Amino acid sequence: MSQVVTAGHGVVDTYETPLTPESWGKLGMWIFLAGDAMSFGALLAMYGALRFGAVDWPNPAEALGIGLTAFMTFLLICSSVTMVKSLAAMQDGDQAGCVKFLALTVAGGIIFLGLQAYEWTHLINHGMLLAENAFIIDSTGAVVGHWHEGMTLAEGQMRASGLFGTTFYMTTGFHGFHVFSGVVYLSYVLVKAMRGGYSAEDTNGIEIAGLYWHFVDLVWILVFTFVYLV
Amino acid sequence: MAGGATHQHPNYMLIFWWLLGLTVLEVAVPMVITAQVPKVALLVSMAVAKAVLVALYFMHLKFEKKLLGIIALTPMIICAFLLFMLMPDSSWRWIG
Repeated sequence: MSQVVTAGHGVVDTYETPLTPESWGKLGMWIFLAGDAMSFGALLAMYGALRFGAVDWPNPAEALGIGLTAFMTFLLICSSVTMVKSLAAMQDGDQAGCVKFLALTVAGGIIFLGLQAYEWTHLINHGMLLAENAFIIDSTGAVVGHWHEGMTLAEGQMRASGLFGTTFYMTTGFHGFHVFSGVVYLSYVLVKAMRGGYSAEDTNGIEIAGLYWHFVDLVWILVFTFVYLV
Repeated sequence: MAGGATHQHPNYMLIFWWLLGLTVLEVAVPMVITAQVPKVALLVSMAVAKAVLVALYFMHLKFEKKLLGIIALTPMIICAFLLFMLMPDSSWRWIG
């Protein structure tokens, strides 16, 4: 055993293979995102499977605020643009520009979270809870009223499925938590950039954080489409 | 669009306008088309187009080595399997 230790330093030189990445950190982030994509994929598949077999599913266009959420989508797209512009700025050696765009990205994320919180509060106040729903719908899913305790329903009307709220809050909540984590992560990157922790030759940290943020935006694009529009 | 050199950036603003245009179209589709199948097909294809734009240009997948593209694409394929495998289950519902 001691022969192995004394035979040399025990260091293996790394060499280029077609699979060797330029940045191990980037590879690691991509692998993490692949797993995270599976998590979101499972949530969206669950949403589809539950909705597809349900007769008491409300029409999302009437039950949810599409206008506000469309603006939130626009906001996240803008924050993705500022994120990529901050990386481009640092790659061009412009630290001030990088910091500015990173700050705008963080601000976009915080505003998104605020709007999400507002939307949730609004829906909870209207009786859309995690396991029960106060919307009254007809057979086509159109929202026709609000259910109160002791109310009798007309022919062809029913109380909307509690699963609507469950799937909605679970999916948007899981995504919102990712946005929150992204805001914390990007705040760290922002402070490090302000202190000169990155340079035109070393933008790896910013790029990796950017990958996470773009992923969050990408997932929202899919969530917005499937949960709000379809 | 530029290649992998760090000093030549893709036209990010052009991608932004595409994303914005597709978002506006996506919001308009459910208001205009009510038939379920064409509505869903259009919405899904537009969402996928936006996702591909973000992945290729913002996440720089277009300019990276093939391995990252394979790592990114694999969950999409697996998720598609998951979706199709869950479809028979959706005909079972809790009664009562």
